[in-house]
Amino acid sequence: MIYSEKVMEHFQNPRNVGTIEDADGVGKVGNPVCGDMMEFYIKVKDNHIDDVKFKTFGCGAAIAVSSMVSEMAKSKTLEEAMAITNDDVAEELDGLPKNKLHCSNLGADALHKAIENYREKKKAHEKEVDVKAHEEKKEKFFCPYCDGPVEGMEEACRSCHVELDRCDECGKLLRKDADKCPHCGATKIRV
Amino acid sequence: MRRVYFDHIATTPVHPQVMEAMLPYLNDFYGNPQSLHSFGQETASAIESAREKVAQLIEAETEEVFFTSSGTESNNFAIKGMALAQKTKGKNIVVSAVEHQSVLHSVKSLEKSGFSVTEVPVDQFGLVDPEDVRKAITPETILVSVLLANGEVGTIEPVASVAKVCQEQGVLCHTDAVDAVGNIPVSVKNLGVDALSLAGNQFYGPTGSAVLFLKKGTRCLPQIDGGIQESGKRAGSENIAGIVGLGTAAEIAQKELGVWADKVRPLRDTIIQRMEQEMDHVILTGHPTNRLPHHASFCVKFIEGEAMLLNLDMKGIAAASGSACTSRALKASHVLLAMGLDHATAQGSLVFSLVEKNTTDDIDYLFEVFPEIIERLRQMSPLYPNQEEE
Repeated sequence: MIYSEKVMEHFQNPRNVGTIEDADGVGKVGNPVCGDMMEFYIKVKDNHIDDVKFKTFGCGAAIAVSSMVSEMAKSKTLEEAMAITNDDVAEELDGLPKNKLHCSNLGADALHKAIENYREKKKAHEKEVDVKAHEEKKEKFFCPYCDGPVEGMEEACRSCHVELDRCDECGKLLRKDADKCPHCGATKIRV
Repeated sequence: MRRVYFDHIATTPVHPQVMEAMLPYLNDFYGNPQSLHSFGQETASAIESAREKVAQLIEAETEEVFFTSSGTESNNFAIKGMALAQKTKGKNIVVSAVEHQSVLHSVKSLEKSGFSVTEVPVDQFGLVDPEDVRKAITPETILVSVLLANGEVGTIEPVASVAKVCQEQGVLCHTDAVDAVGNIPVSVKNLGVDALSLAGNQFYGPTGSAVLFLKKGTRCLPQIDGGIQESGKRAGSENIAGIVGLGTAAEIAQKELGVWADKVRPLRDTIIQRMEQEMDHVILTGHPTNRLPHHASFCVKFIEGEAMLLNLDMKGIAAASGSACTSRALKASHVLLAMGLDHATAQGSLVFSLVEKNTTDDIDYLFEVFPEIIERLRQMSPLYPNQEEE
């Protein structure tokens, strides 16, 4: 057999097959030209992957890789899940044939894309909530560094010209090059 | 577990009579056929008798049959040998888009030494139009190669008409008949070709034994240089047992071919009919009627071939696929793409090739396990339309 026992086991009994209707993040990679397509769906709770499901069009290796990635990602923090590499997946499966190694790339990529998608959605959502709250209270935004007034959607402060961004965690304004959020204290604020 | 072999296009088992004929040449008779002593003469005459049997199967003259090691070698020998022998006349070669890799890669290799290649397209069934071949031929063209039957989709090509066009245009014509000889009647006289490749492992002969037919007077340079074996056309000590086996296989095929085809054709038709009736989103590939009698090929939509093969194998059923994931090069089948299928559909390629020894029970077993396999993989596929959404 060209595949390890573990690959065959996951191929025969793939874990977490399916979709999540109200997924927090969705990652899609591949196309039929290269042979495989993968879709990952995640639910996030307290910065942890609470649930994960996948759908895969592809060979035995592609299906086993998807199943293994979904198992490895479950209950991990987003940071831990982002750190899962192609090599980790291939190793957990007791190796893959050389010409099938690209399948493990796809699996990790699809998961990472789902997490990125979640972070982007969250950031956009929190920015929206923040802007709305300020509008309702007729409050103005202030630059977190010079306290100058800003509209809330700009990419730079009009007073001190520092480049602005939104925290991935709380969605509040911060310096683009900040490594810690001054509002919520999150340290990993960027993908 | 029940085991069913539906991959005879990859290789057939060796016929018991073939094995029996071969055994003495692995044991009692071992002389080098090029030696003058009686040990050598015994094996030399065995080779000549095998040559006669192969010649009879394809209606060739004995001295037109050259033994090689595989269909691939025969194709390399024919394409490269004939092209190089004709290179002062011209440097263009015309091939169909659905040739075997051994033909396509041979012409590709010739391209590197200054030859040009024209590919003739095929229609949705994989059929070559002889008129397209005529249009492709230029004054530079020296050789045309169109296969007789396609191993991936089963379609039988109009090679006799192609050869007629070649004759009219004064161009040599080769046909790769590896998937055809031993399965359908093949006569080099009726086809009118200058060269034809065949292989023993397609009709109960041993693997590693094949033939190139070269019409008398056709110039073809050797591709293996050395001694004067095979009239100096193909050097190397002869694979005596393999050649004897191929001869016996040819002898059996000549007698049984019609009987085999009559037995296997209804089995093939049953697979095609049941696929149509019992499965959704499964399309037949290749020509519906003008196809090899033992060949049923499909594309199963929304899923990939290798995953199907692995699942079938777990149930003891051997089949084949032309999907990208199945090929080591990870390239989708050039045959299916040339027929106009999209990549996703081509990925679902599945080929069943039978022999007369297969039974309706084998087919019942296939349809017992296959729906579940398809359904399980489809449930996993992002391409499969969700029933609730439909």
